[in-house]
Amino acid sequence: MNQQANQHKLIKGATGDWEVVIGMEVHAQVSSKSKLFSGASTEFGAAPNSHVSLVDAAMPGMLPVINAECVDQAVRTGLGLNAQINLRSVFDRKNYFYPDLPQGYQISQYKQPVVGEGEIVVDLPDGEAVTIGIERLHLEQDAGKSLHDRHPQMSAVDLNRSGVALMEIVSKPDLRSAEEAKAYVTKLRSIMRYLGTCDGNMEEGSLRADVNVSVRKPGAPLGTRCEIKNVNSIRFIGQAIEHEARRQIEIIEDGGTIVQETRLFDPNRGETRSMRSKEEAHDYRYFPDPDLLPLELDAEAVAALKARLPELPDEKKARFVRDFGLSPYDAGQLVAERETADYFETVAKERDAKLAANWVINELFGRLNKEGQSVATSPLSAAQLGGLIELISDKTISGKIAKDLFEILWTEGGDPRALVAARGMAQVTDLGAIGAIIDELIAQNPDKVAQAKANPKAMMWFVGQAMKSSGGKASPQAVNELLKSKLGV
Amino acid sequence: MTELTSLTLAEACDRLRKKDISAVELTSAHVAAVEKARALNAYVLETPEQAVAMAKASDARIAKGEAGPLEGIPLAIKDLFATKGVRTTACSHILDNFVPTYESTITSQLWRDGAVMLGKTNNDEFAMGSSNETSCFGTVQSPWRREGSNTPLVPGGSSGGSAAAVAAQLCLGATATDTGGSIRQPAAFTGTVGIKPTYGRCSRWGVVAFASSLDQAGPITKTVRDAAIMLRSMAGPDAKDTTCVDRPVPDYEAAIGKSVKGLRIGIPKEYRLDGMPAEIEKIWQQGCDWLKSGGAELVDVSLPHTKYALPAYYIVAPAEASSNLARYDGVRYGLRAPGRDITDMYEKTRAEGFGAEVRRRVMIGTYVLSAGYYDAYYLRAQQVRTLIKRDFEQCFEAGVHAMLTPATPSAAFGIGEKGGADPVEMYLNDVFTVTVNMAGLPGIAVPAGSDAQGLPLGLQLIGRPFDEETLFSLGEVIEREAGRFVAKSWW
Repeated sequence: MNQQANQHKLIKGATGDWEVVIGMEVHAQVSSKSKLFSGASTEFGAAPNSHVSLVDAAMPGMLPVINAECVDQAVRTGLGLNAQINLRSVFDRKNYFYPDLPQGYQISQYKQPVVGEGEIVVDLPDGEAVTIGIERLHLEQDAGKSLHDRHPQMSAVDLNRSGVALMEIVSKPDLRSAEEAKAYVTKLRSIMRYLGTCDGNMEEGSLRADVNVSVRKPGAPLGTRCEIKNVNSIRFIGQAIEHEARRQIEIIEDGGTIVQETRLFDPNRGETRSMRSKEEAHDYRYFPDPDLLPLELDAEAVAALKARLPELPDEKKARFVRDFGLSPYDAGQLVAERETADYFETVAKERDAKLAANWVINELFGRLNKEGQSVATSPLSAAQLGGLIELISDKTISGKIAKDLFEILWTEGGDPRALVAARGMAQVTDLGAIGAIIDELIAQNPDKVAQAKANPKAMMWFVGQAMKSSGGKASPQAVNELLKSKLGV
Repeated sequence: MTELTSLTLAEACDRLRKKDISAVELTSAHVAAVEKARALNAYVLETPEQAVAMAKASDARIAKGEAGPLEGIPLAIKDLFATKGVRTTACSHILDNFVPTYESTITSQLWRDGAVMLGKTNNDEFAMGSSNETSCFGTVQSPWRREGSNTPLVPGGSSGGSAAAVAAQLCLGATATDTGGSIRQPAAFTGTVGIKPTYGRCSRWGVVAFASSLDQAGPITKTVRDAAIMLRSMAGPDAKDTTCVDRPVPDYEAAIGKSVKGLRIGIPKEYRLDGMPAEIEKIWQQGCDWLKSGGAELVDVSLPHTKYALPAYYIVAPAEASSNLARYDGVRYGLRAPGRDITDMYEKTRAEGFGAEVRRRVMIGTYVLSAGYYDAYYLRAQQVRTLIKRDFEQCFEAGVHAMLTPATPSAAFGIGEKGGADPVEMYLNDVFTVTVNMAGLPGIAVPAGSDAQGLPLGLQLIGRPFDEETLFSLGEVIEREAGRFVAKSWW
């Protein structure tokens, strides 16, 4: 990566600038009806242990059977990450003891994952676009959940999640700031939501990240990394990185060294703390799961999945820029969520797309954010907003009146054109009526007339007065033209 | 009533179908025999009420003309097979009182075909052993004894209870499993027939796992024909086991009596061990002669990697076992020994629940999979396995239809006689059988003669993948020549 370009991402320390290097392992729950190796449901929020098959509970003699839909979802995701799809991959056992891991091993993919190297482009708020490498994507089972608050001496185990399919998406250590890391996860989530392969719901645990952080002086070799486990919100990812980078810099600047370890982020205190050292790390004794044959994919089946992929955010953004003449920044905002992009496209269809983009981004997003709503729950439909855009475009209403109309539509609803007619909100374009207003203003304000003749900018006073007298309905364009001719400026 | 228990499975099928005898009579005779033979410790659980109820249902189906292929046939089930509502422990203390809510695919196919369950048979704990001495229910005594001796002998293992039950006429057939020889070795020790089918021929679903890539279930029976009949019901595809192969099950019984003329039988020179008892050499030669007079052609073949099979097996099998047995942790079912914390509970439960041999193999398996040792042990053993498989493939490609070898390096030994000081002494029992599991091939053990003390000795036939039929044809030739071997009752 270009040193110059990253100057602003460096962190200032007592001994100079530091560069933070971040790699991420994102665990994304596959959107599927049943688990990776059993027919049990994946529904969220059910009563504890109500979605547990004999396989999930690891009863003696039970065997896993791969869920083809989960494999397809992983392949779709791989294709969405512009990644290599491995036609042959292998499931391995990762062995460790934990009460919420019934088999005593997690079925995962170790040396031969289903998806290999890929890359995605991540847009940063300042307009910069960075390419982040994907190392791999593999399928694995989720564990159950241990509950420690049910009994004073005992823990309880809920196996509903046990065996649910996860995609572990491993990035290359290409991220250089908390901002980039946040934008990367946001982009991953956006791609997976477009694909319908992961709902990205972080509150329900559908998306979690392990964040590997190290620091170094720019140009120096990679520093020792610490892994922050299981961070479950994009905001926390940012906070965890900021804190961890600072912590490491302070240790090194105080003459210490970083110990490779696993850490946990405490959102309440906004800091990371040690979980286990490298020496305490498990020896997982990975080996190929003898209960499962290698996963063989058919090149034609992969091609068919590829052909049926939806338009993804990057392609959509490029199309919005190309076909609608939007700025890359505006287009980027519109495509971040599939629902938003669809909403915008409905508003913009056969209408002034730039105007539509302005209204969606500024008025609609602004209002939705303010009221804690989303496009999906917007009281204003795309058809209504489209109607409003049409009324502006055909000069039936002015931009100012349009904001009033937006308010009415938001709170009361209704058909935009019918509302404008019923409430007399249409713009006055009758030159005679506007001329009479202007004539009266000129007659009553000879001093302003003199000022306007001396300085044409002073004409704006007349524009404002004329608009006011018309109740905002006079066409600003007509007012301007008439004033110019009547004042002779 | 003794007459009924001395029937073969095929004979019993005929007489039931002719309504010459009833299923209830047949089952009751066996229930009585089982009760009388408790000294053998072949059964770890008897289910007489269930047996009689199933037999009554069989009689009703026979009366209606709806008899299945195994209608009314009383069978013994190795305790490794999950049986719904019937305690299943793998003969391990860690599964004390475990009662499955599900039925293994194989046993459900047997019941589908009309068979009757007499009970669960003893085996080495988690099928780890070659003498049935590692069972938490205690040792099985072989129905066989050396002439003029009362020394209790082992029935072999791990399917020792099944083999003893068949040999002592306590059932008409028994299910068994074979990971390194656990069907063939006890069959050879007890004068019974045991076939380990091709890996993937029978479903493993609901069978307590030992080493997943090697485990394969099969029958132990009195005759080759009985094995053919029983395997047909046990085999078949199963969507619940992805390693189970989706191919139709032939009518194995049709292979019985089929001419072996022109079949090329390989005699692998590596199976001629230094210091092998002369009696073994003798029956092997005898077997060759019988097949030759049947019209088969004998060819000397070489399986050069045979000598690495046993050590490689004792890496692969424990590695898989160490992982397969991780689920017995005291959390959800089976034994739980209370502890200070979760780790203490795990340690106490597993120390108390697993016997010495199981603990040894879990430790070996854990070791060979550990970081830094994986490449040197597990990976290398898997490479050896590939070579062993290739040895066989090359012979088959060169036109060999099957191979003939001894089944075991000796006749049955006395209880407590082997493996006390050195476990490898016990492991050597599997020297002729493990190669077959490593290569995933079918292998059948057929009694072929007796040693000087009157104990049965067996020969092994190894076949091409999914060519169990040829093994049945060849096995029956040996059986026809050697005759049946029936233990004299002392119990």
